Amino acid sequence: MEYGFTTAAYVVAAVLFIQSLGGLSGQESAKRAVWYGITGMALAVLATLYGPGAGNWYVSLVMVAIGGAIGWVVAQRVQMTEMPQLVAAMHSLVGLAAVFIGYNAHIEAATVAGMDETARHTLTGFAALLAHKSPVELTILRIEVFLGVFIGAVTFTGSVIAYGKLAGKVDGKARKLPGGHMLNAGAALGSLILLVVYVQTASVLALLVMTALAFFIGYHLIMGIGGADMPVVVSMLNSYSGWAAAAIGFSLSNDLLIVVGALVGSSGAILSYIMCKAMNRSFISVILGGFGGTTGPAMEVTGEQIAIDADGVAAALNDADSIIIIPGYGMAVAQAQQSVSELTRKLRAKGKEVRFAIHPVAGRLPGHMNVLLAEAKVPCDIVLEMDEINEDFPETDVAIVIGSNDIVNPAAQEDLTAPSPACRCWNAGRPSRSSCRNAVRAPGIRASRTRCSTRKTPGCSTATPRYRRAPADDRVKTKIE
Amino acid sequence: MAIGGGLLLLAGLYAPASFMAHFIVFVLAVYVGVQVIWNVSHSLHTPLMAVTNAISSIIILGALLQIGSGNILVIILGALSVLMAGINIFGGFMVTRRMLAMFQKS
Repeated sequence: MEYGFTTAAYVVAAVLFIQSLGGLSGQESAKRAVWYGITGMALAVLATLYGPGAGNWYVSLVMVAIGGAIGWVVAQRVQMTEMPQLVAAMHSLVGLAAVFIGYNAHIEAATVAGMDETARHTLTGFAALLAHKSPVELTILRIEVFLGVFIGAVTFTGSVIAYGKLAGKVDGKARKLPGGHMLNAGAALGSLILLVVYVQTASVLALLVMTALAFFIGYHLIMGIGGADMPVVVSMLNSYSGWAAAAIGFSLSNDLLIVVGALVGSSGAILSYIMCKAMNRSFISVILGGFGGTTGPAMEVTGEQIAIDADGVAAALNDADSIIIIPGYGMAVAQAQQSVSELTRKLRAKGKEVRFAIHPVAGRLPGHMNVLLAEAKVPCDIVLEMDEINEDFPETDVAIVIGSNDIVNPAAQEDLTAPSPACRCWNAGRPSRSSCRNAVRAPGIRASRTRCSTRKTPGCSTATPRYRRAPADDRVKTKIE
Repeated sequence: MAIGGGLLLLAGLYAPASFMAHFIVFVLAVYVGVQVIWNVSHSLHTPLMAVTNAISSIIILGALLQIGSGNILVIILGALSVLMAGINIFGGFMVTRRMLAMFQKS
C-alpha cells in the first residue's frame, strides 16, 4: 500500500521534472516551469520521508534545513557574472553525494551479506531490498555501485578544478603532468581491473583505490583543458552529474533517480555537443584537451585599421538606422552591460533598430551572455542567435563588437580549419563601418587560435579594411543626440 | 541504432528481469530527455544548467532511504549527502528563478 503511494508520487514527480525542462523552450513558459520542478522535488522528498524505509527522518530534516539555508543565501548573493563558478561548484556537490551514497550502498550490502536468514526478515527499507537480491542481481549491484562511485568521483574533482579555474583560483592554462593522457588511460585501465576484482570479491579496498584513481582522473582531465573550453567542460560535468545520479538510481533500484539522471545526463551531453559544434571542434579533441595553448602561427593582418574615438562612434551611431551589437565575455569583465543597455535604450528611443548577436560560445557558460544582458534590462526579444542574425549584417549600418574578438574572426568564412564559425559583422555597413570596442587590452581567451589577433594589436585587429577600433568608455552614450 | 538494439537484446539474454525493467526506464528517459532538451531556447541554456543541477539533487532520495540504517558511518555519510543535495536543491531553484525573472520583453 505504502509502496504504491511512493511510486505514484514518483511518477508525478518525473512528469513534473520533464515539464519543467520542456517549459524552458520559451521565456514566459520558463517562469512557470521552475515551479513544476520545485513541486516535483518537494513531492518526491516528502513521499520518500513518508514512505517505508526512511528512518532517522529528523536528521534528514535538520540537514535539509541547513543545506537549504546555505543554498538560499548563496543563490541570493551570487553575481550573474559568477554563474559559471556556481554551476561548477554545484556539480561537485552532486558528484560527492553520489560517492557517499555509493559507499553507503556498499556498506549496507556487506552488512546484509553477513546476516543469517532470520535477521534478514526483520530488515526494512533499503537493507530489505538488498536481502532479497539473487546472486546475479548482487553482481549487477556491485557493477552499479562501482560505476556510481566512479562517475561521482570524476565529477567531484573535475568540478572542483573547473570551479577553481572559473573563479580564477587555479591557473586557467592547460596543464598536464608528464605522461599526459597516458596517465589518464592508465588510471582508467586500473579502474577497469579493480571493477573485476570488486565484482568477484566485493572488497572495500578495491572500491577505495578506484575512488582515488577516479579523483585523479577528474583532476588531471580538467587541469589539461584550457580556459577557452570551459563552456564545454561545465556542460560535460553537468552531464556526468546526471549519469552519476542514474547509476546510483540503478544500485538503489529507484526509478525516479534513473529517470532524472537520464534527463540531466542527456541535457548536459546536448549542451556539450552544441558548444563543440559552435567551436568547430570535436568533443574528443576538447576533452583530450591540449588546445588551450598556442597552436599555429597567427595570420598576417591585412587591411587597414582605423582608430576611432568616442565622438566618432557616436557620430556613426547617430547616422545609422540599424545597429547590431556583438558582445563577448570582455563586456562582462569590464562591467559594461549597464552602459551598453543604456546606450541601447537611447538609440531605440530615437527610433533606430538595435539588436544583439550572440555567438553560441560567447561568455563562459552556454547562454551566459543572454543572462548578463537580461540582468542589465536589455529586452530579450532583441537579443538574437548568431544563426538568426548573420544574414542581416549586410543590411546593417553599424556593428559594434564589445570585448569579443575571437567570435568575429573573419578567417572563419574563408578557412574551414578556422577555430569557429563567426558573427559576420564585417559584412555590415552601407558604407561599411564596424567599430570594435575592446575593454580588455589583451588577447581574448580564444585569441591564441584566432587568426586576427597579433602582437601588434592585442585583442583586436582587422582582416578587412573599413574596420575601426574604438576605446572602451562611457562617453559614447552621452554623445547620442 | 541497430548496434544499440543488438546490445540491448544481448544484455537482456544475461541480465535478470529486475535489471531490465530499470534499464528500459533509463533508455526511454534518455530518449525523452533528448527530445525535450533540443527544444530548449538557446537563450535559456544557463537557466537550464541551473535547473538540471537542482533536479539532479534528486539523488537526495538515496540518502534519505539509507539514513535509517543502524550503521553510524552510513548515517554520517547519508547526512552529509542530504546536506549537499539540500544546498543544490534550494540554491539551484532559487538562482534559476532569479535569472528567469530578469528576462523581460520590450
